[in-house]
Amino acid sequence: MSTLYRDTGVVLRVQKLGEADRIVTLLTRRCGKIRAVAKGVRRTRSRWGARLEPFNHVDVQCYTGRSLDVITQCQTLDAFGSGVVSDYARYTAGCAILETADRLVSEEGHGDSLRVYLLLVGAVRALAGRERDASLILDAFLLRAMSHAGWAPSITECAKCAAPGPHRAFSVQGGGAVCDVCRPPGSVLPGPETFALLDALLHGDWPVADAADAPTRRDTSGLVAAHLQWHMERQLRSLPLVERVSRP
Amino acid sequence: MFEGPVQDLIDELGRLPGVGPKSAQRIAFHLLAADAADVTRLQEVLQKVKEGVQFCEVCGNVSERERCRYCADARRDPTIVCVVEEPRDVLAVERTREFKGRYHVLGGALDPLGGIGPDALRIRELLARLGGTGPASDEGDIGEVIIATDPNTEGEATATYLVRLLKDFPGLSVTRLASGLPMGGDLEFADEMTLGRALAGRRALS
Ligand SMILES: [Zn+2]
Ligand SMILES: [Zn+2]
Repeated sequence: MSTLYRDTGVVLRVQKLGEADRIVTLLTRRCGKIRAVAKGVRRTRSRWGARLEPFNHVDVQCYTGRSLDVITQCQTLDAFGSGVVSDYARYTAGCAILETADRLVSEEGHGDSLRVYLLLVGAVRALAGRERDASLILDAFLLRAMSHAGWAPSITECAKCAAPGPHRAFSVQGGGAVCDVCRPPGSVLPGPETFALLDALLHGDWPVADAADAPTRRDTSGLVAAHLQWHMERQLRSLPLVERVSRP
Repeated sequence: MFEGPVQDLIDELGRLPGVGPKSAQRIAFHLLAADAADVTRLQEVLQKVKEGVQFCEVCGNVSERERCRYCADARRDPTIVCVVEEPRDVLAVERTREFKGRYHVLGGALDPLGGIGPDALRIRELLARLGGTGPASDEGDIGEVIIATDPNTEGEATATYLVRLLKDFPGLSVTRLASGLPMGGDLEFADEMTLGRALAGRRALS
């Protein structure tokens, strides 16, 4: 029995299917991650297809199919796509956000993806708004999404013995900030500004984040990326292609 | 699962774009039942397409010689270059009969989710052509680049990237196909009228 359902979601990915159809992956508010077929959307006469492009925030109606659900209606809530693609650095940061969201939420295990959905809408809205550095938006999203997944880096306490910080060393393998006693080989010494920026991004303290200088942003991005890749089973394809342009 | 070569064939067919597992099975059993001569002919053209077709040294289009027929045609204007994603887009633009310049085939669009960055496309070759160091540099300077990437997210992002890259080239005007092509479509599906109009009404970007 196929049933109709309606939900709002952000388009994470589109894949070609057959001659003119697409498989659209969406992260939705209520149903978690869904993969559904949109029929005929690649024909340029179909005005419908434009709504089901990556980054767009849409209201969809689907019915459940045997293997894949089928989209029957789609309305745009926020056309974030055009704002994101009008700047290449924003586009690459946006792709890393979409891929991370896609990887953190599995299709079966919905129920607990609402937080990632809300983070995703916020991050893509900020990217499309073009008010804040794309790199900061990306790093904030990655840190908070990792925090949701339960493996955000420790920033103040020692990740190993929980000794109160601040500490000087950071170890990706060790789980973040580490005290001088626990410090494993290969730890780095990022400097207090970098710890401050990590903390600001994780907690949404934008005045502090916006004030960070370019070298601090670069060091922070490096640690966030390394921490994320360490915890992912497979490497993210888009992360090495993110264009980091720091505007002070 | 079937045994041995039949399953291998189904697996190979299933890797083709647009062929799902069911279609792969249908094609495989069609081939099994077909005349030996028909299968041999298919086998021969498959082999020829890999051995006999090369890519044009100037524009990257598929070609039987070193230069494709558009790059070798002296009647076509070498000062205006239409940048497309795939060889099939060259055919789509040709069908409009509106364009008498040359082409540059990127070999795809910038798609970080698919692991495709600028180095994976023929962007370096485009810059060499514009800088007068490409294989056809004796034919005169390029004065206009028309960006005709697909009107979807990856195509738009590719256009954004190219515009930023090309905007400071001295004496070069960069244009993008006019609207009329709705977002989300593939260029190859555009009807000739729409694509022709989009080409005629292209807008300057720099
Ligand atoms: Zn410790
Ligand atoms: Zn050529």
